[in-house]
Amino acid sequence: MKTGAKILVESLLREGTEIIFGYPGGVVLPIYDELYDSPLRHLLVRHEQAAAHAADGYARASGRVGVCLATSGPGACNLVTGIATSYMDSTPVVAITGQVPTNLLGNDAFQESDITGITLPITKHNYLVKSAGDIGRVVQEAFYIASTGRPGPVLIDIPKDVSTGMAEDVKLPEKVTLRGYNPTYKGHKRQIEKALELLSHAERPLIYAGGGIISSNASPELIEFATLATIPVTTTLMGIGCIPCHHPLNLGMLGMHGTEYANFAVTECDLMFAIGARFDDRVTGRIDTFAPHAKIIHIDIDPAEIGKNKRIDVPIVGDVKAVLKDILTLMKKQDAHDIWLKKIKHWKQHHPLKCPSTGGLHPQFVIRTLSDLVKEKAVIVSEVGQNQMWTAQHFCFHNPRTWITSGGLGTMGFGFPAGIGVHFARPDVPTFVIAGDGSIQMNIQEMGTVAASKIPVKIAILNNMYLGMVRQWQELFFDRRYSFTELPAVDFVKIGNAYGIEGIRVETPEDVLPAFQASLDCDGPFVMDFRIEREENVFPMVPAGAAINEMIGGHPR
Amino acid sequence: MKPHTLSILVENKAGVLSRVTGLFSRRGFNIESLAVGPCEEPGMSRITIVVIGDDAKVEQIMKQLNKLIDIIKVSDLTENERVERELALIKVTAEQGTSRAEIMQIATIFRASIVDVSPKSLVLQVTGETDKINALEKILRQYGVKEFVRTGMIGILRGSKMISGGK
Ligand SMILES: Cc1ncc(C[n+]2csc(CCOP(=O)(O)OP(=O)(O)O)c2C)c(N)n1
Ligand SMILES: [Mg+2]
Repeated sequence: MKTGAKILVESLLREGTEIIFGYPGGVVLPIYDELYDSPLRHLLVRHEQAAAHAADGYARASGRVGVCLATSGPGACNLVTGIATSYMDSTPVVAITGQVPTNLLGNDAFQESDITGITLPITKHNYLVKSAGDIGRVVQEAFYIASTGRPGPVLIDIPKDVSTGMAEDVKLPEKVTLRGYNPTYKGHKRQIEKALELLSHAERPLIYAGGGIISSNASPELIEFATLATIPVTTTLMGIGCIPCHHPLNLGMLGMHGTEYANFAVTECDLMFAIGARFDDRVTGRIDTFAPHAKIIHIDIDPAEIGKNKRIDVPIVGDVKAVLKDILTLMKKQDAHDIWLKKIKHWKQHHPLKCPSTGGLHPQFVIRTLSDLVKEKAVIVSEVGQNQMWTAQHFCFHNPRTWITSGGLGTMGFGFPAGIGVHFARPDVPTFVIAGDGSIQMNIQEMGTVAASKIPVKIAILNNMYLGMVRQWQELFFDRRYSFTELPAVDFVKIGNAYGIEGIRVETPEDVLPAFQASLDCDGPFVMDFRIEREENVFPMVPAGAAINEMIGGHPR
Repeated sequence: MKPHTLSILVENKAGVLSRVTGLFSRRGFNIESLAVGPCEEPGMSRITIVVIGDDAKVEQIMKQLNKLIDIIKVSDLTENERVERELALIKVTAEQGTSRAEIMQIATIFRASIVDVSPKSLVLQVTGETDKINALEKILRQYGVKEFVRTGMIGILRGSKMISGGK
C-alpha cells in the first residue's frame, strides 16, 4: 500500500516529468513531503501564476507536457490566468491542485474553491479525484489528453485525504483508451485530392501557417511542401518559426501588425492553404474581406475550427504533419508560380518593415541587434504589447519552438515566468525575455525565483514608461488622450540588484550590443533596462474593423 | 432560428451536465428544455436538449460538445423522422360542480389521466409533443392552474435507426 501523494509523484515520473513548478500550502503538504526526497525536480516560484506560465513555457519550448502544482483556494485560483493562457494557445499542461478533504467539499471549508468548476471553460478536461486508487489512472489520462489531438491544459484536483489515503498500485494499460476522445490524425484522402486539384489550377496560392504547425512538429513537411509547390508562406503570431525568416518564400507575419506584403498576398491570393490556424480576428481583420478572391483549404486537427469564422471550400481534419506528409506523397510535380512570386518580390522590395534609425533608442534596433548577435542560438520569449509585436516583426527566427509568446489570451505577465520554464526545456541555449515595463511588473516577483535558483534568464525590458500598446491606440483612435497609460519611471536595474541580479541600463544605440554581450557573459540572470523612444509605435497596423490590406503606417502603394 | 433537439450520450459522471450546459450558456443560448436519465448502456446517460438557434451556431455547439471527453455522441434529431414526447403534471383548481366535470371531459379529449383528486383540485398527467401540452395548459388556465410541471422533451428516431453508437 502507498499514499496517494506517493502514487502521484511516481505517476508523474512514469509520464517522464523532469520538473514541476509549484508553490506549497496546507492541503498539498502530503505531496510536498513526498517531493522532499524525490528524484522529481521542483522549482519554487514566488506566485502560482508564474508556476502555470513556467509550465506552459516549458511545454511550448520542449513539446512535452509542462506540470505545475498549487494548493487549494487562493493557490488554485492564482493558476487560472496561466491555465487560460495555455487553453487559448493549445499547449499541453497538467495543473495539479490540492483540495480540501472530501468530507468538507462544498462546506466553504478553509481555502476551498471549486477549481474544477472555475476551470471548466478553460481546460481541455479536468478531474476531481475521489480516491487514492484513482490517481495513477487519472494522471495517465491527463497527460494523454493534454498532449494528444489538439493539445490543451488538464487540471487534476486532489483532496487532502486522497493524497494521504492508501491504495495498492494499479496496473495501468500501455495505451489510454477513452471512448469519448478519439482525435482524427489521418486526413481524408479524397479531401486531400480535392485540395491538390485546386492547387493544380491556382495561379496565386498562399499558405497561412499557424501554431498548429509548431505543435504538430510539422515544420519540415511545411517547408518541403511550400518549396516543391512554390507557395509563399505567411505565418500567424503563433506560427512564427515554422519557416526560417530568411527563406525566400517566407512573407513574415500577417494580420493586424503583419507585413504589408503578407497582407497584400492574402488579399490577392486565389487559393489559400490555412494550416493549423484558426482565423482569429487579429489575423483576419474584417472577416468578409479576408482572402476575398481565394478558395480556402483548411487543415486542422480540431473539427470545431472548420468553418467557425470563415466559410471553407475544402476542409481536411487531421494532424497537420500527417496531412502534409500525405499531400507530399500524392502531389504531382507543380508548375512554379513565377508571376505571383515576382509580384510578391516587388511588394517585399517596396514595402519592407520600417526600422527607424535617427533620433534616440529605437526598440526595433534593439531587437535587430539581439537577433544579429544570437542568431539561432537562443529562445526568445516575449511579454505582451508593443514589445511583443516589435520582436515578432524584427527578430529573425530560424526554428520552431524558439519564439514563445502568449497569442490567444495576450497575457501580460506571461513572458518572464514562461522564460523560466523555457530555460529548463532548453538549457543548451540562452533564454531572452523581451518585456515591456508594464508587463514585467505583473510578475516581477519572479526575480526572486531566478536569483535564488541561479536561472540564467536574460530580461530585456523595452522601457517606454507607458502601457505602450494601449497608449498607441489612444494616440491613434482616442485623440491622444492618454488615460491611465503612463507609468512612472522605475529603475529596473536597482530592483534586479535588490534580488541579487546583475543588470545594466541602456540609453543609447551604441550601448545596446555591449549590454547584450554582458548579459551573455554573465552566468546567472541579467536585467537590461532599455530606455526607448517613449512614443514609438508599432507599424504597419490594420485598424480595428478594417480590411487587412487597409494598413496605416506603411509605405505608399 | 428554429428549435433543435439534440440528443447527447454521456458518461454518467459528476459534473458532466455542467460541462454540457456551460457550452450553451457561454454562447448566450437559452436552453428551452432539458431531460436527463440513464439509458440502454450501463454507466451512460442520455441528455436531450432543445435549443432555439441558427443552424451554424447550433452546429458549432455540437462540435464543441463532441470535444468534451465525457461525451460519447451528439446528434441533432431535428432533421430526422422522430418521436418526441414530454410528460406534464398539471394541478388545476377544481371545486365540486360543473368545472370539475368539464376538466374531466377535457382530460379525456387530451388522453390525460387524473392522477390525484382532492376536494379543491385535480392533478392531470399528460404526455405528448410540446404543442399538445401547451394547448392543454392553455385551456385549463380558465379554471386556475395552480402548478404546472413538465419533464422536458425526450426524443427517439423512428424505425430501426439509432442515435447512439461510437463517436
Ligand atoms: C493581464 C493584462 N492586462 C491588460 C492587458 C491589456 N494590454 C495589452 S498591451 C498593454 C500594455 C503593455 O505595456 P508594456 O508591458 O509596458 O508593453 P509596451 O506595449 O509598452 O511594449 C495592456 C495594458 C493585457 N494584455 N493583459
Ligand atoms: Mg511599456
